[in-house]
Amino acid sequence: MSVVIVRFPGTNCEYDTKYAFDILNAKSTIINYDENCLPNDTKLVVLPGGFSYGDYLRSGALAKMSNIMNSIKIFASSGGMVLGICNGFQILTEVGLLPGALKRNDNTHFISKFQHIKVVNNDNKFLQLYKTNELLNIPVAHHDGAYYIDKVGLDSLKKNQQILLRYCDKDGALEVLNGSLEQIAGICNTTKNVFGLMPHPERAMEILLGSDDGKNMLEGLVC
Amino acid sequence: MKAIVKISLKDGVLDSQGKATYHTICTMGYDDIVKDIKIDKLINIELGDIDKQVAIKKVEKMCQDMLVNTVIEDYNIDIII
Repeated sequence: MSVVIVRFPGTNCEYDTKYAFDILNAKSTIINYDENCLPNDTKLVVLPGGFSYGDYLRSGALAKMSNIMNSIKIFASSGGMVLGICNGFQILTEVGLLPGALKRNDNTHFISKFQHIKVVNNDNKFLQLYKTNELLNIPVAHHDGAYYIDKVGLDSLKKNQQILLRYCDKDGALEVLNGSLEQIAGICNTTKNVFGLMPHPERAMEILLGSDDGKNMLEGLVC
Repeated sequence: MKAIVKISLKDGVLDSQGKATYHTICTMGYDDIVKDIKIDKLINIELGDIDKQVAIKKVEKMCQDMLVNTVIEDYNIDIII
């Protein structure tokens, strides 16, 4: 198992992400956006958080044209696992590996805080170690996190159990955080090998830092 | 030759920046005349001397491939010779 963490100009969570996989004893490597190919032993590609290309044009819009993205598309289409966290999620929607789009938070603020989220579907590798409806407390830090998809797309997400996580309060009642459609915090593709979420599981790996609720997400992908 | 691409959020997609700006404009005392504000993007593309139809086609492709996110945005292309 080798985890490949892709760094774009403006990425700033690559070392936190690598540290998270170190805790899990999973071998990980950081590679740059201008590489042409993924390493041969790649088992999981992670697009970490940050502000790729300064969020110019739209968050993730310029990163999707990077050299490495073609290899990632091929890797994903042949069943390889891809995870996008925050800006990585935005890039995955921009490149079409995940449906929908992330737009500016409804209140126009950058939101940075611990946030409760609820596990909606655990029938996938990413959330396999959680129970359905389990509550997690994981940091969010984003400006463009309001998930949007049209009615047809939303129906399709529900039908295929692609909605993975929703924002909620500490008691599990759905909570409006950023204007995200139906409080969606994370989704996957139809074949359940590409995952995207706005919260940062790599920042919730140990109690010392406030929460270790994110650990099982990354563990699920490498176990 | 120049292409001007105007990008707007689709109807039904909340323009949070436009809405925030609208509310502030209203607090400035313009609420009697201002009904709404939308914020669009304008991209100016300087082009070489090429056929107008070719220019439209190529800029259209740029929009579809990167300049526009058609999930949430509409666009319009103007070619100025």
